[in-house]
Amino acid sequence: MSDLILTRRMVAHPRDSHTLGRYLETGGYTSLRKALFDMSREDVIAEVKASNMRGRGGAGFPMGVKWGFLAPAEPRYLVVNCDESEPGTFNDRQLTERDPHQLLEGIAIASYALGVDHAFVYIRGEYPKAARRLQHAIEEAYEAGHLGTNIQGSDYSLEVTIHLGGGAYICGEETALLNSLEGRRGEPRLKPPFPAVEGLYAKPTIVNNVESIANVPWIVENSGAAYAAIGPERSAGMKMVSVSGHVNKPGNYEIELGMTWREFIYDIAGGIRDGLELKAWIPGGASSPWFVPEVHLDTPFTIDDVASNGSMLGAGAVIVMDENTNVVAAAHRLVYFFADESCGQCTPCREGTSWLASVLQRILDGHGRTEDIDLLLSISESISPGLKWPPAMTTICPLGPSAVSPVTSITRWFRPEIEAMISTSGVSHG
Amino acid sequence: MTHTISHWSQANQDRAHTILESYPQKRSAIMPLLYVASLEHEFVSVDAMTEVAELTGVTAAQVQSVATFYTMFKREKAGRYLVSVCTGISCYLMGADDVLEAVEQASEAPHGAVSSDGLFSVEHVECVGACGGAPAVQVNYELVEGLTGSTGQKLIEWLRDTRPEVVLADEMQQLFGGQRSFDWGPPEHEGAIAPVPAFGPYGSAGTDA
Repeated sequence: MSDLILTRRMVAHPRDSHTLGRYLETGGYTSLRKALFDMSREDVIAEVKASNMRGRGGAGFPMGVKWGFLAPAEPRYLVVNCDESEPGTFNDRQLTERDPHQLLEGIAIASYALGVDHAFVYIRGEYPKAARRLQHAIEEAYEAGHLGTNIQGSDYSLEVTIHLGGGAYICGEETALLNSLEGRRGEPRLKPPFPAVEGLYAKPTIVNNVESIANVPWIVENSGAAYAAIGPERSAGMKMVSVSGHVNKPGNYEIELGMTWREFIYDIAGGIRDGLELKAWIPGGASSPWFVPEVHLDTPFTIDDVASNGSMLGAGAVIVMDENTNVVAAAHRLVYFFADESCGQCTPCREGTSWLASVLQRILDGHGRTEDIDLLLSISESISPGLKWPPAMTTICPLGPSAVSPVTSITRWFRPEIEAMISTSGVSHG
Repeated sequence: MTHTISHWSQANQDRAHTILESYPQKRSAIMPLLYVASLEHEFVSVDAMTEVAELTGVTAAQVQSVATFYTMFKREKAGRYLVSVCTGISCYLMGADDVLEAVEQASEAPHGAVSSDGLFSVEHVECVGACGGAPAVQVNYELVEGLTGSTGQKLIEWLRDTRPEVVLADEMQQLFGGQRSFDWGPPEHEGAIAPVPAFGPYGSAGTDA
């Protein structure tokens, strides 16, 4: 296992990892100095490309490649996505609350490399502490000359503004986030144009996740090649994984990918609570199709191995369910979430997610009908044709197809359990 | 154009002007200004939306379309303590339904309504990013992790008995919380004075430190 990158300061100095004093004492803002005085903008982008880091927000697109798409028009913007709302994820909250200067240094380096003089951090409204901590860090950094005008005596200047969300999951989708930041409803935009060409205020914009940006100071300090050398080739670097549900040791773990799921669930997360058996787990947040122990326990925990098994690593959120879990109830909870959070632009999502939730609710209520499994799959098919992952889409964004994941998961792995619930329903349907 | 908020408190007027200056385009200030207006008016009233529209150079209908999209802009007065019970998947797996039931009973605020003493509103919310410390609750958006039905009930009774001016996450966590998503580090002395996210530039953020 490689050394910690993102959490090393908060692990070593749990009482004051968020302060500027501790940050400077542990080498903070020296990567920014190196970038500003010893590297060209192109040099920084080249290091990030060489790191092979895949964006940590969920889509897994290589960050350096994304940066390379930024159009030349000015002004350009960097927007950092701290709208962390995928059920199961809480790692960006920890990174922002516990080491805000690491994030700010990453923002400053990225902004310098991208030719940005105003960066925004979009923080979900339910994270006021993260916003407070980051705001305090911004004030400390301005005061000490690491942000603001003529940073560290260079000719580079940067403003950083925090923007709080209003309680809408969809704003984690980058174009919805940009609409929200512009003072509009958080409805995703059709792509293309991509934000790198027409983003915030129709100007070239890079939207990166908190965890992605927080890695940048280390990459600049140690080189992209050093980062790429950690972990499997196509899952380079350390990854913050949030694990929750029925495990003995829930929490965030910064790990090198490549171990098996068995090792992750039983060694890292401490196994299933109360000595119970594992029934299923969600490998990459609420949107991702489920894994089951009979098939996937010895599958490697990498981006590509999860994908080749029909799911996704997403933002790195593992949700574990023990043998006593009612999978129909769990699926209903997930589908209800997506129905509640659908922005309503696209009919298959707006209508389909609510229908899925209603049918699952009726099964739970003991009014299930024998045709309900087929009905669930038929509704799913109209949201996400072919029922595969990554999904074929009938919608602007992936929210609708995400609601299909729990349905196809339980019908694939737990069909007899659903049938049993339906067959014991106490009501006859003529 | 700013005369329409001349009746706002000086602090809120100052916040509004600072917010407007921090964006390249005024329209971006709509959401932050809706939070400040919520502090001023106790909720996002029609007046509040009109004022924000004038400040940002759009129509009141455009502000309304934004305000109604997001769940955290309350268009009716909430209780003094807005209790948001997370019922997302991880909290559900760890017993959130018990917490919600206990909180609703203890607060005498059935879902969506304000308790008759004006102290409580209860809502169930989707994932608040506290899955490692499930089940989680927020009071005026300040977090408590690792609750049970029993500690959820005690939390409500404590709020009713002590009526804290400033809701502090660390204080609630110490008294009633359990498992946390991660080590929170040293306690904070900054919290919420209304059902609005306690973030300095938007207002709120009472402090005793």
